[in-house]
Amino acid sequence: MVEPATATKATAPAVPQLKDELDIVIPTIRNLDFLEMWRPFFEPYHLIIVQDGDPSKTIKVPDGFDYELYNRNDINRILGPKASCISFKDSACRCFGYMVSKKKYIFTIDDDCFVAKDPSGKAINALEQHIKNLLSPSTPLFFNTLYDPFREGADFVRGYPFSLREGVPTAVSHGLWLNIPDYDAPTQLVKPLERNTRFVDAVLTIPKGTLFPMCGMNLAFNRELIGPAMYFGLMGDGQPIGRYDDMWAGWCTKVICDHLGLGVKTGLPYIFHSKASNPFVNLRKEYKGIFWQEEIIPFFQQAVLPKDCTTVQKCYFELAKQVKQKLSKVDPYFDKLADAMVTWIEAWDELNPTGASVPNGKAA
Amino acid sequence: MSLAIKDDEIDVVIGALRSDLTSFMNEWRPMFSRFHLIIVKDPDLKEELKIPEGFNLDVYKKPDIDQVVGSSTAIIFSGYSCRYFGYLVSRKKYIISMDDDCLPARDNKGFLVDAVAQHITNLATPATPFFFNTLYDPFSEGVDFVRGYPFSLRSGVKCAFSCGLWLNLADHDAPTQALKPGQRNSRYVDAVITVPVRALVPVSGINIAFDREVVGPALLPALRLAGEGKFRWETMEDIWSGMCVKVVCDHLGLGVKTGLPYVWRNDRGDAIASLKKEWEGVKLMEEVVPFFQSVRLPREATTAEDCVFEVANAVKEQLGSRDPMFARAATAMLDWVKLWKSVGSSSSSPRV
Repeated sequence: MVEPATATKATAPAVPQLKDELDIVIPTIRNLDFLEMWRPFFEPYHLIIVQDGDPSKTIKVPDGFDYELYNRNDINRILGPKASCISFKDSACRCFGYMVSKKKYIFTIDDDCFVAKDPSGKAINALEQHIKNLLSPSTPLFFNTLYDPFREGADFVRGYPFSLREGVPTAVSHGLWLNIPDYDAPTQLVKPLERNTRFVDAVLTIPKGTLFPMCGMNLAFNRELIGPAMYFGLMGDGQPIGRYDDMWAGWCTKVICDHLGLGVKTGLPYIFHSKASNPFVNLRKEYKGIFWQEEIIPFFQQAVLPKDCTTVQKCYFELAKQVKQKLSKVDPYFDKLADAMVTWIEAWDELNPTGASVPNGKAA
Repeated sequence: MSLAIKDDEIDVVIGALRSDLTSFMNEWRPMFSRFHLIIVKDPDLKEELKIPEGFNLDVYKKPDIDQVVGSSTAIIFSGYSCRYFGYLVSRKKYIISMDDDCLPARDNKGFLVDAVAQHITNLATPATPFFFNTLYDPFSEGVDFVRGYPFSLRSGVKCAFSCGLWLNLADHDAPTQALKPGQRNSRYVDAVITVPVRALVPVSGINIAFDREVVGPALLPALRLAGEGKFRWETMEDIWSGMCVKVVCDHLGLGVKTGLPYVWRNDRGDAIASLKKEWEGVKLMEEVVPFFQSVRLPREATTAEDCVFEVANAVKEQLGSRDPMFARAATAMLDWVKLWKSVGSSSSSPRV
């Protein structure tokens, strides 16, 4: 049986890496008690709390943390009419945190995720592992059978071409979960007692051209490299679908990473996921997604971005255009989503002016 | 969900590059004893093979190879390539094959790993090459498909090939091992993963299993290095064969798994000595990889033989002029297809 770690104090690193270059984005609707357990690992970092739900409620942040907090009123005030692209009553609102951050790296975690233990019983500093993943190259062009060759004690295997051994920059680090696994509602209903107890000691790069289901529970990324692609879509209140926010962001992100020559890693670190959400509630949220998925996946698998899409924003505008062209016939929701994708990029560029990217104009 | 693979559908094929197989066979006895074994003696090996009693096996030596294959072929069955003769003459549906310097490994809990059983499990359960499952093999105990995995892809496809890994002496190339002479692999990664479609992978031949009926012809002794020797650092034959297998599996809609089982690979040889002897091999992949990435098989190629035939011709056309080694490999591949059709597919075993 897996259990969360209890003694984290002893294992915090002496010098927290990327202390001033990384923001931790946490969406919450209840409270942030879970931060107490993460304190030794998170305290040196700046937090961005995105408060979902009723803005009149006060969310107490434990003492000692340096943070900024945004509720719905703040989101509306900052984005004005563009706030329509940020979901309400869904953790998808977390992507607002990515937009307002001024840091190079983002780590996002759910408020029901705790510190896990590795097989030796030691508390896992998930943030430290994500940082290691992001700061070392990925290898999407050729699969290494010994997994991440940049980890200690590992290397490239015989037959791995030398010209590909430098790897590419890592844009995303996708962590996993012990205890309650990230299953969809049908699987949860059929296997309510299944727990993930298998600690797989690997980090691996997802090959170019391969899609995967990206979970937003334990995720880190290089905001400078891929930030604008991390839009978590229109979910929750007033929307026909939920629990596909991170999936949508993951598919867009992977297609763009493949196009721009960036890497996506998955595997370590593990966190301990403590809460199983209600499978009936989940089924109602996911229901349409389960059918739509069958059309969405081939869409992303076949998506081709033109060569002149050289920035993330350009790629994203192009994807939005293709979503409107090809997925609107599945459901009018995708028409709205395509518009929201454009709004998101416009809002991103407003809040993060660099002059480097010129929007191609609204999707046709 | 899983196929019922019977013991009598399996051959364990060992290429013997060393004469004294006593400790090797005895260590593997608990895992091997249920199965029929084929031992192929490296034709270059002078000493008599020493094999302990109590196994159900057939041994093939140079005279047998000569008799079955004749001298009219470009294929050379010496060194590590001797095992392919075993694949050719086997009459079983599944083959499990490992190098004779590998022993059973221990898992994270200290238990001996039954590599044979794990390979069988890998082949008996579907592979999932079209979409990556972040919890790895969804057909393992205690795991499933994650949220966001399309339901239409959850039945998976047949797994035709299982590539295991190695503890202690991992399968690094000579320059890497020479640079880190003390590096030994002690990390036991408890996962089986399907290698996604179109992702190329260096498939080591040290610890493998496959469905002979479906992909047998794609495992072939073709690429022989000029300085090929009796250490894996001095070969590329399995890497070449593995790239063919992956391309063929991708085309035929079959799966390739990697990960468990681990075997313990004994220290043997000297990476620096091997590097001095055969250093050209490592440069080869620079040409080989772009070739395999671009090779396209026609829709009419519906069997492994068809596919190998097409790849061989593509090798001849595109790589043949770059290096005579590739031209020879192409010829060997075409010979192999012919050999497979005449010897490999006949109903009775050519026991001499």
